[in-house]
Amino acid sequence: MKAIYTWNAILAIVFASVVGDVLLARAMKQVGDVGALRRRVGLVAVIRRTLGNPNFLLGVMAMAVAFFSLLFALSWGDVSLVAPAAASLTFIGNAVAAKIFLHERVDRRRWIAASLVAAGVALLAG
Amino acid sequence: MNFRKYLVLAGVTVFAAAGDSMLSHGMKQAGNISLNHLQSVIFAVLNPWVAGGILLLLAFFATYMTALSWADLTYVLPATSLGYVLLALVARFLLHEHVSPLRWLGIALITGGVGFIAGGPELTKHEHSAAPVDEPCAVAPSPLLAKDARNGASGVEL
Repeated sequence: MKAIYTWNAILAIVFASVVGDVLLARAMKQVGDVGALRRRVGLVAVIRRTLGNPNFLLGVMAMAVAFFSLLFALSWGDVSLVAPAAASLTFIGNAVAAKIFLHERVDRRRWIAASLVAAGVALLAG
Repeated sequence: MNFRKYLVLAGVTVFAAAGDSMLSHGMKQAGNISLNHLQSVIFAVLNPWVAGGILLLLAFFATYMTALSWADLTYVLPATSLGYVLLALVARFLLHEHVSPLRWLGIALITGGVGFIAGGPELTKHEHSAAPVDEPCAVAPSPLLAKDARNGASGVEL
């Protein structure tokens, strides 16, 4: 029973982090190249433009949900299962979501990179 | 990609790894916190390791957002995963912890993955517009932002 709770919480972490990462990535593409923008309009304007972006705020909220899901997952399961499982599934989930929702060109090079890193993280934290 | 951008990616990597380590070290000193004793959270934040960790994670977030403003998510995430390797190397050579062969394999896989991504382009060039089409101008319009939006809509690259 506890294992089911733990895996549900892990899936919640993965879902919320993927949603958060995609929203934050979209927000920052809307804001534009921060380095070039800062030289033109100044740092304060860049920060205001970022904080005023609805996708940014939603992304931060999703990250907060992911954080609290992590706390729940850790109260039910071992950190040696929760951390690597959530991290490596998030890498794969992000590659899929970035292709679908951000229309990034996830070519074979990037699939291999995401899979290798996901496998490596699973081994490293395990 | 120029030197400045590699520096930002290195910042994402190092700030995340160092911030997590400091936070973890501090929270072990601060002890358990629970919802019944919320004042224990305040004591935890007063711990210098925890406070330092939070500052580093804020720096991580700022550099991560900067990287996402000019690179794809599927580029930034693998490129900055060397932080896991960094943590393992710190554990091995500074803290003299035992690193098992399985973990060395994990280090090799992550390093290989980063090598795969490093040779490719960092940003997908979309054919129709330089900026995302939906809501190109999310904040109060200014002449500058309106100019950006026009460029985005007409597909003119600066």
